[in-house]
Amino acid sequence: MSLVMPEPYAGVLARRSEIVRALRAIVPGEGVIDDPDALRAYESDGLTAYRQPPMVAVLPETTDQVAAILRWCHAQGVRVVPRGAGTSLSGGALPLVDAVLVGMARFNRMLDIDYADRLAVVQPGVTNLAVTRAVEDRGFYYAPDPSSQIACTIGGNVAENSGGVHCLKYGLTTNNVLGVEIVLMDGEIIRLGGRQLDSAGLDLLGVVVGSEGLLGIVTEVTVRILPKPEGARALLIGFPSVESGGQCVADVIAAGIIPAGMEMMDRLAIHAAEAFVEVGYPLDVEALLIVELDGVTAECDHLTGEVAAIARANGATTLRLSADEAERVAFWAGRKAAFPAVGRVSPDYYCMDGTIPRRRLPEVLERMRELSEQYGLGLANVFHAGDGNLHPLILYDANVPGELDRAEAFGADILRLCVAVGGVLTGEHGVGVEKRDLMPEMFSETDLRQQQGLKCAFDPKSLLNPGKVFPMLHRCAELGRMHVHRGATPFPDLPRF
Amino acid sequence: MAPATALSPASVADLIDAMAAARRGGHALAISGGGSKAGIGRLAPGAVLLDMSAFTGIIDYDPVELVLTVGAGTQLADVEALVAAEDQMLAFDPFDHGPIFGEVGGRATIGGVVAAGVAGSRRVSAGSARDHLLGFRAVSGAGEALLAGARVVKNVTGYDLPKLGAGSWGRLFAMTELTLKVLPRPPVRATRAIAGLDAQQAIRAMAAAMGSQAEVVAAAHISAQLRGGAALTAVQVCGFGPAVEAKAAILDCVLAAHGRVMALEESEAIGLWDDLRTLAPLNSGQPLWRVHVPPSRGAAVVSNLHPHGAHWLFDWAGGLVWLTFDGDPDLVRAAAARAGGHASLVRGPAALREKVPAFDPPLPGVAALEERVRRAFDPSGVFETGRFGDRA
Repeated sequence: MSLVMPEPYAGVLARRSEIVRALRAIVPGEGVIDDPDALRAYESDGLTAYRQPPMVAVLPETTDQVAAILRWCHAQGVRVVPRGAGTSLSGGALPLVDAVLVGMARFNRMLDIDYADRLAVVQPGVTNLAVTRAVEDRGFYYAPDPSSQIACTIGGNVAENSGGVHCLKYGLTTNNVLGVEIVLMDGEIIRLGGRQLDSAGLDLLGVVVGSEGLLGIVTEVTVRILPKPEGARALLIGFPSVESGGQCVADVIAAGIIPAGMEMMDRLAIHAAEAFVEVGYPLDVEALLIVELDGVTAECDHLTGEVAAIARANGATTLRLSADEAERVAFWAGRKAAFPAVGRVSPDYYCMDGTIPRRRLPEVLERMRELSEQYGLGLANVFHAGDGNLHPLILYDANVPGELDRAEAFGADILRLCVAVGGVLTGEHGVGVEKRDLMPEMFSETDLRQQQGLKCAFDPKSLLNPGKVFPMLHRCAELGRMHVHRGATPFPDLPRF
Repeated sequence: MAPATALSPASVADLIDAMAAARRGGHALAISGGGSKAGIGRLAPGAVLLDMSAFTGIIDYDPVELVLTVGAGTQLADVEALVAAEDQMLAFDPFDHGPIFGEVGGRATIGGVVAAGVAGSRRVSAGSARDHLLGFRAVSGAGEALLAGARVVKNVTGYDLPKLGAGSWGRLFAMTELTLKVLPRPPVRATRAIAGLDAQQAIRAMAAAMGSQAEVVAAAHISAQLRGGAALTAVQVCGFGPAVEAKAAILDCVLAAHGRVMALEESEAIGLWDDLRTLAPLNSGQPLWRVHVPPSRGAAVVSNLHPHGAHWLFDWAGGLVWLTFDGDPDLVRAAAARAGGHASLVRGPAALREKVPAFDPPLPGVAALEERVRRAFDPSGVFETGRFGDRA
């Protein structure tokens, strides 16, 4: 691992026991964890290649406690790393050796469900799936469905702007959040958004969502809930090449159809998934496409027919339509198990997350094949085909010296390739520490400095989740913002250096 | 030398020069597209108009990618015609302020529509500009060229600056190029309606429709006073032909408990939704307010203001109350606040706008944060024209 994190504050490390005492004064009982063995539980998130136990962990239960923790840390110059369920795939919750880890797991209550206004108010530690579970008996659901939805929390979803297989039609977290209560690093508690659509003033809610824990700690979230569609049917379609599958995807959209989900897997992923879950995936195809149509029954029936015709026109060699709900779920079972399935055929795998313009898919696949040979590492491909979000899985063995480094170099080349064809570094997993050093591939120094200016507006001491998202965090004073207002400096006669 | 009263930058370099000149000269810049929203907010007599109409044209449009990149100064009518020719539409329902101020529609620029962050009837199902602005290029008040977001539909790389661009009202940066999501245009629409409901009954009927599996795209209610005594509550569905019939059948069923359900003829439906777009029913010349509340509270807002002479209609299933009101502006803001929302003064005489800010003033903590965010992009206050009470 060659990850450079911000230099620890030696003064803070030396004051560890005082910091633990101060936190215990705010959160009594078992809520402060300083035992080194217990702290190991927090040493990494879903990006397990990087591990670092925190200096101390604190598990507040109330907004006032979060505010008191942040206020104290702000005054004392102590860094803070927020954490939800720790399922981030980009290292967003990776602790720092000199930082307090604030775990939000105890914020686990549903506060209000309002069917008239079609919203739910939840604490951030509530899991994504729990929101749907709480409202499904009334025929509602929460649309964003990241594959980790059993474990991942709404707070983490807000931090990462999580997506899921249905986001082409239903949007990401940001499109489904109405409001938050958030504590800023100086301890101030503010509300952004609300129960209504749109707020007066700047859309600060919109920048908080997806800010990867760098702008504040969210303590309450208001999400939209939607009526569950009347029905959903899935098509399982095999193609002799990934290219013909990609053309089918383009033709479906060109026909004016936006499916609820449109997922593609390549040969290696298909075989791994079928060996794992045995759901009857065809093994003699190069690409497998799952297209799910939802809505009123008449619409599902009409559109599955349209998509089937488009698939046949693109040379589909197998085509199955789910006959019932059990079969629809079975079609998805392999796709949803694709990552662990690949984990069975390779000792380790490394999941990438670039997005590309879909029309560039053939050349990106070709170049990835070349890179796979060049690095001597296998590659399985799983795509959110509808929105061009690729999840190449690089196969490696961490026990073979040098393979992790090679896998990371291969991954970085894939992401550079995504940017070079007009795409982005991350479609839904976040930048975290993982893609931090690749940010200059996408943004100029000026662009990055301006994003950091936004960070400084929320957290001028850069104490919240440092070392994440930005390759090098300038001190806010170094950003060259001398706040000259209408040409008048506060003390015009003072010399400035 | 006195500053020019209007600048027409033709390039990013010109814009950077304009920002530098403003900082040197100590004058503020009022960004302007089609001018359709010039009647909103305080007058800013000292500001120099920064006319963005040179930044026009289609930069990239590949319908199958569902992405359109366009110059910010391009007129809304041109953008809509472009995507309509491909059987597509903007993913959000753009709201054109022109007709509210007695102008022809379509002359607003796409940059202005996005910067206002306001959407029309389909907002309740489709989202607003904030939800579908994927990326932009701009020049900040600091005079720096800025790239935000990207040209793909799914992206979480770095802060979501496009959210700030939508609804920024020219206070952070001058956007030159926008990338927007587009979607297929549904081939068929249908509207079901009930006549004669009062405000509370209409809210309940619209909530029932929104909570059904009919996938409602818009729900509105025009009060009796604006329709010669016959209030109309209308709900729209869309999609492919067979789907629309099925959705309308669901509406027939769930709305039956609320009144006699009518299928509106196409011409009548078009007229109705046009009224929601142009607000022709509220074209009285009285001050016009836009009140955002949780949908179930829409009726509470009007029951407070109706006795004082307000005229009103609901959009967004009750979550958006449009009203004209000649009385005490504080009554509107208080009614909005009690309902858990906020009120914007959209149209009114200059003397009123001088006294009453266009937007609800934020609470102190949010106001301070907003100011720091503005300073991050506009450190010298180049965009502080005083229009939104932000002149220090």
